Amino acid sequence: MSTSSTNPAGGTDGRKAPAGERVADWADGRLGIYGLAKANMRKIFPDHWSFMLGEIALYSFIIIILTGVYLTLFFHPSMNEVEYHGSYVPMHGILMSEAYASTLDISFDVRGGLLIRQIHHWGAIVFLAAMLVHMMRVFFTGAFRKPREINWLFGFLLLVLGMFTGFTGYSLPDDLLSGTGVRFMEGAVLSVPIVGTYLSFFLFGGEFPGTDFVPRFFSIHVLLLPGIMLGLLVAHLILVFYHKHTQFPGAGKTNKNVVGMPLMPVYMAKAGGFFFLVFGVISAMAAIATINPIWALGPYRPDQVSTGAQPDWYMGFSEGLIRIMPGWEINLWGHTLVLGVFIPLMIFPLVLAAIAVYPFIESWVTGDKREHHILDRPRNAPTRTAFGAAWISLYWVLLIGGGNDLWATHFHMSINAITWFVRVGFFAVPVLTFIVTKRICLGLQRRDRDTVLHGRESGIIKRLPHGEFVEVHEPLGQEQLHALTQHHQYQPIEAGPVVDENGVERKRTMAEKLRAKLSQGYYGQDSQIPKPTVEEYQEITSGHGHH
Amino acid sequence: MKKLSARRRHPLAALVVLLFALAVTGGLYAAFAPADKAQADTTAQSLAIEEGKKLYSVGCASCHGTGGQGTSDGPSLVGVGSAAVDFQVGTGRMPAQQPGAQMPKKPKIYTQAETDQLGAYIASLGAGPIKPTEDQYSPEGANVAKGGELFRTNCAQCHNFTGKGGALTGGKYAPELDGVTPKHIYEAMQTGPQNMPSFPESVMPEKNKQDIIAYLGTVASGESESPGGLELGGLGPVAEGLFGWVFGLGALIAVAIWVAARTAKAKKS
Amino acid sequence: MSQTGSNKDVSEENLPSEQATAHEGAMGVPPRTKSLGEVADDPFADPGLPPHEPRVQDIDKRAAKRSERTVALLFTVSMLATVGFIASYVVLPIDKIVYVWPFGHISALNFALGLTLGLALFCIGAGAVHWARTLMSDEEHAQERHPIEAPPEVKAQVMADFKQGAEESGMGRRKLIRTTLFGALAMVPLSGVILLRDLGPLPEGKLRHTLWSKGKLLVNQNTNEPLRPEDVGVGSLTFAVPEGLEEDDHDFQKEVAKAALMIVRIQPEDIKDKRELDWSHEGIVAYSKICTHVGCPISLYEQQTHHVLCPCHQSTFDLSDGARVIFGPAGHALPQLRIGVNKDGYLEALGDFDEPVGPSFWERG
Repeated sequence: MSTSSTNPAGGTDGRKAPAGERVADWADGRLGIYGLAKANMRKIFPDHWSFMLGEIALYSFIIIILTGVYLTLFFHPSMNEVEYHGSYVPMHGILMSEAYASTLDISFDVRGGLLIRQIHHWGAIVFLAAMLVHMMRVFFTGAFRKPREINWLFGFLLLVLGMFTGFTGYSLPDDLLSGTGVRFMEGAVLSVPIVGTYLSFFLFGGEFPGTDFVPRFFSIHVLLLPGIMLGLLVAHLILVFYHKHTQFPGAGKTNKNVVGMPLMPVYMAKAGGFFFLVFGVISAMAAIATINPIWALGPYRPDQVSTGAQPDWYMGFSEGLIRIMPGWEINLWGHTLVLGVFIPLMIFPLVLAAIAVYPFIESWVTGDKREHHILDRPRNAPTRTAFGAAWISLYWVLLIGGGNDLWATHFHMSINAITWFVRVGFFAVPVLTFIVTKRICLGLQRRDRDTVLHGRESGIIKRLPHGEFVEVHEPLGQEQLHALTQHHQYQPIEAGPVVDENGVERKRTMAEKLRAKLSQGYYGQDSQIPKPTVEEYQEITSGHGHH
Repeated sequence: MKKLSARRRHPLAALVVLLFALAVTGGLYAAFAPADKAQADTTAQSLAIEEGKKLYSVGCASCHGTGGQGTSDGPSLVGVGSAAVDFQVGTGRMPAQQPGAQMPKKPKIYTQAETDQLGAYIASLGAGPIKPTEDQYSPEGANVAKGGELFRTNCAQCHNFTGKGGALTGGKYAPELDGVTPKHIYEAMQTGPQNMPSFPESVMPEKNKQDIIAYLGTVASGESESPGGLELGGLGPVAEGLFGWVFGLGALIAVAIWVAARTAKAKKS
Repeated sequence: MSQTGSNKDVSEENLPSEQATAHEGAMGVPPRTKSLGEVADDPFADPGLPPHEPRVQDIDKRAAKRSERTVALLFTVSMLATVGFIASYVVLPIDKIVYVWPFGHISALNFALGLTLGLALFCIGAGAVHWARTLMSDEEHAQERHPIEAPPEVKAQVMADFKQGAEESGMGRRKLIRTTLFGALAMVPLSGVILLRDLGPLPEGKLRHTLWSKGKLLVNQNTNEPLRPEDVGVGSLTFAVPEGLEEDDHDFQKEVAKAALMIVRIQPEDIKDKRELDWSHEGIVAYSKICTHVGCPISLYEQQTHHVLCPCHQSTFDLSDGARVIFGPAGHALPQLRIGVNKDGYLEALGDFDEPVGPSFWERG
């Protein structure tokens, strides 16, 4: 394109290169940007709305950082007690921490401060929601398979860190609601056997609440966690670029290519534009809906509380866990084991870990070492889909448990009944969901098979000469035939032979037996419908089609 | 005197004496008016009690017993006072549709006059909290901020930060306080209706109650300000999470579908 | 060979209707399938990328012009919205409240700033996307993927290089160096751990004691006056703190977190627990307000049932029966404070709680 880069004089042909080009040349000489651009400028990205869920998360993260920096200009992370004399009359003369007072100032005395606060908080709500939905998209389409397992873990860590960044963030204003949440956390930390009290005293600088937790949470919230997240995020994106995006099956799409539009210019405009769209939507949310009106909540005091005390939604499932747990407590040899709190505290990471380690379980069961760039349709992986649905159902049941008091008042039910429902549902609902989802997937597989073999129901009813009515089935185009049959179907593995080739009896390990069992459960005849073969298709279509 | 005695048999004498007696009575009446008025009020009071008793035996006695002594369906009303009656009947909670622990608010059935009569009757059964006067419950000049603090100490645990209500055990609930009149808030604190504990004068003086009423007037009335926009029910993170998912993420996914969708192709035919 | 490219991303639920409406597709598909099916034996084989089809904007100059104008309009609206943002910032007072249906009585400034900012941003995005969708080429390209795994010869090279490097370092041979290096690296982080020691004091007995002690009066939190027995009526609820604890004390928060008290009066004959009755004063009982589950202030007192419910996790305690747990996740009863009346007729504590208040912990016993 350009000759000047090879020409130090910059245009001996009498023409000076345009300014932009000269700047690019300068940068290339130092950063090697042309090499990077060559590989990436026309990088192809496939088009699908569900591929943009991660972008929503990415952009809301950027929005949170931008607004968060603004908030630090006005927020005082201090628990010194002050008497309030700002603009908000219903708090005049009330003793509160500087953190709370400065949050009131941001809301009532800094022009636009309230808007930025609300964008920041709504952004966090959307960020976490988008991460979860993005993760579900990756899960249900099997995009986590080789070579993307590590990136799946990066994403998972981002979700978990996001949760805790959110928690430390909404605790900063030191209002009555978040203070109650911090108190809950302190109680949970105290329940840890042996070291619980020490952890709590180190975390809070002594007895709860002390005067340290706001400044400590502040540095965790603005520095430590976002710093780690930023690193993970960059790694996550680099890997997305490096692996190239996955794509849904279809004509012309293979495991060895990626079909779509180039980064420059289409995705530059689409993805760049989408950032503004996300920012615009979140700003509009902040304009029309209040979030965390701390002025209505009052400053934190450990002897005050309000009903309806819940965490933000992403912590809601842990709230559900703690609410449904029976109050078990064991006193032995002068020590107390607070199972009623400690068990939920342990199940909380387990619920998350269950979904995080799933890719490794699946790849162990299949033993598949190939790279996968073509996405699965969820129905073609019934066990995985059922597992994911069961996980979501568990998450939902716990969310219901976490808001049991509000469901009780708004649906006129007994809080005790809801708690019991959730206690039973914790075990029953995921199992039921698993079974039902698997059935649905198999049903859809059967339908796909019928559609391939017999064509699509056209809705046209024809009367045959002898009076019978039949519906006309239209044969599928090759594109559809390909899309519906391109997936790979695994065969269940057998636990290796009991006797090896030399006739020596060998022991099958437990792991081997388990793997064979799981494989049978995944790919046995009850778990997938064989896809139509070419012979079947030709046999049916070779005659005069079908009736 | 002679003149007087001479005329004492005059036909008009009786009239004069009568007038004189009337004048004296009038004077005495004027002199002892308060006492006499009290007597007249007592009459009015007993009239009200009579009327109240009639209303009571028609509308209330089936649950609370003919003498207000209570039955298995309703508690004794001896000593609950006119404040309790004014609250329960004035907010439509009484008469109840069916006995139970929770009495929902309904359109009231009795007029204020009838309610007062019922109150008078119940008050006559035993001393109890008296229906407050306006200067007792008027939030005029009260300290809103102090009210907020008192509300968070004493009330928010059941009624939520800004009086949106909350759940109690076994399907019972603390009602929403939006739009409840100052009088009824005062009476509720005074008397402790249903499962609500009372906050009597001895532990929460009138001034505290006025502060609380003033606070509720600021945060829980139709005119309450919500600077940030939609209040989302004032219910906190659950409502916020729902809004964020449904409207926030919902809108963003709709936008994403638009961004990723193929542009319509030109029809060739 | 005319095949619409538009239906290949669509999940197959949409296919029937898609096919039914896309008439040119319905007419075009069967012949192609048949011909291809005859050519290739495999009817399921990948037919390859469908040919690109132009959009209206690609063939109609006027449509393209319309798109251009729409995009420019969106960018212009964005500029106007930014002007609106600045104007709102300057013009609207921060405390102005307006009624906007259906949002309620809201801050005019917040509403105006948020909507103008939102509009300014959204229009930039919408303009860019509309531009990309209608005017930039929508031809699909296929790009090759390369395996992530290195080819064997690269791997062999790397292994050889590593081996050589490791040998040159002598790491494997000089075990003393290796061992001491690992030792040093393992120990150095200990300094970081040790530095965390002063994050807080040791717990010792701090969680076992509160401000309550013998003779301390029960001060009503509403009035800041000491309570007398006659103040506390049956069915009432009062919150008390120990005398001498002031709201502006330095350690008020810490102390009230342990000492907060809830006082109710129950008819003595209704009290089922003997110890509770003994520790009460004529039916006036004083319980810790701090839930034994994770420490929320628990005070949803139902005066008819004598149950208190925790608003955080719904632990329910029966105040007429020693505050034992009757529902929810709390592990043990609320601690009761022994109270009596002093010679001046005020309620007083007869000592500290005899067990730690608040959430359980390992050393609680």
